[in-house]
Amino acid sequence: MSKIHVTTKVNGDEVEYLCEPRETLLDCLRDHLDLTGAKEGCGTGDCGACSVTMDGRLVCSCLVLGAEAQGKEIATIEGMAEDGALHPLQRKFIEHAALQCGICTPGILVAAKSLLEKNPDPTETEMRYWLAGNLCRCTGYDKIIRAVMDAAAEMREAS
Amino acid sequence: MQYHTPPSFEEASRIAASASGTTRFLAGGTDVLVQLRSDLVTPDDLIDVKHIPGVKEITRQEDGGWRIGVAVAGAEMTEHPDLGRDWPGIVEGMDLIGSTQIQGRATLVGNLCNGSPAADGVPALVAAGASVTVTGPNGARDVAVADIPTGPGKTCLEKGEVISALNIPARGENGGDAYLRFIPRTEMDIAVVGCAVTLRVDGDTITEARVVLGAVAPTIRAVQACADALIGTTLDDAALEALDKAARAACEPIDDKRGTVEFRTDVAGVLARRAAKIAYARAKGEQS
Repeated sequence: MSKIHVTTKVNGDEVEYLCEPRETLLDCLRDHLDLTGAKEGCGTGDCGACSVTMDGRLVCSCLVLGAEAQGKEIATIEGMAEDGALHPLQRKFIEHAALQCGICTPGILVAAKSLLEKNPDPTETEMRYWLAGNLCRCTGYDKIIRAVMDAAAEMREAS
Repeated sequence: MQYHTPPSFEEASRIAASASGTTRFLAGGTDVLVQLRSDLVTPDDLIDVKHIPGVKEITRQEDGGWRIGVAVAGAEMTEHPDLGRDWPGIVEGMDLIGSTQIQGRATLVGNLCNGSPAADGVPALVAAGASVTVTGPNGARDVAVADIPTGPGKTCLEKGEVISALNIPARGENGGDAYLRFIPRTEMDIAVVGCAVTLRVDGDTITEARVVLGAVAPTIRAVQACADALIGTTLDDAALEALDKAARAACEPIDDKRGTVEFRTDVAGVLARRAAKIAYARAKGEQS
């Protein structure tokens, strides 16, 4: 079976890989590009642990084929901290202890960042609905929501 | 598995028509890739239609109707400034499907072709009288959305046929629609019952109506008796009671852990009442 050659942009860098037609973008990020921040939880688009953005749109990378990324712009958790400085969302997750096992955390950070770019001042209800596709089995969500709301407030003050 | 990116629907149709094994068309992938990953359906030929010009566009037609590209995602419909003003029920039905991540990819035509009787995107389309353009080996034809699903997981599309556009009629004056569904939790679930209502008013009187139920029969079901209960009325208590009764009478639901026959039947009546009230308020311009 012939492999597909894909050229795409990940976190601002031009990258290329060879993939099988049935490999997902998540497989390609993890196995071909060594970007293991995005996790496979369910593999069926239910849990959100593999969340990335593609051309600015939040998606489950387990439900995108690697071949579909041709010519797109992908953003993953690895691109969130800038020059070693954590993003406010990442700092607030540590401050609020908004994680335990950490498997869902990269996906939730990417998803929360995507909402704050669209709506810098969401209500708690809007935030909870936006993150409904990101499952966490440890925290009970309250700490996550508090961390995100706090980060949003800080980001509004800074802008 | 061969991955194809045809530049036109004619070419997509040709690939599908000449394929010997299992074929799937790929747009949003939120059903196709789940089936692929869980080894339920492994296509020999996967035909990605997203390289075809126009598939990501929402276009208002000269007659006021809408043409929606087959790869337009739910989030793009929700964000559109005008589509939801004309057809809020269609947009809210699509918006109920899945999470934010799913909304970034899932398409209305995919929801239709998946053939689920519980598809949240489809009842409001049927109520609106929407049609799809089907491109096949013998050219293109228009088919009513209502005629596409033929049973759970089944459609009337023949080998080599692919849906190439979704056409929604002009809303016209004094019209309103709404879609409601019941699920046992607040978000991320499959409809136990869904109900779409579209109607038109002249003053306070309903002159046109269509009521469509989802998840209560093997296919999505337009119920003429429900429409008859509304037409000529001002949506008074007697009309709502007649609507409720007609909706319940139209139900032939499955019985499972998510809803018994009795429960689904009862909820169909309740949702029909509530959706009719919203559609009526929208038709009169009292609610957006």
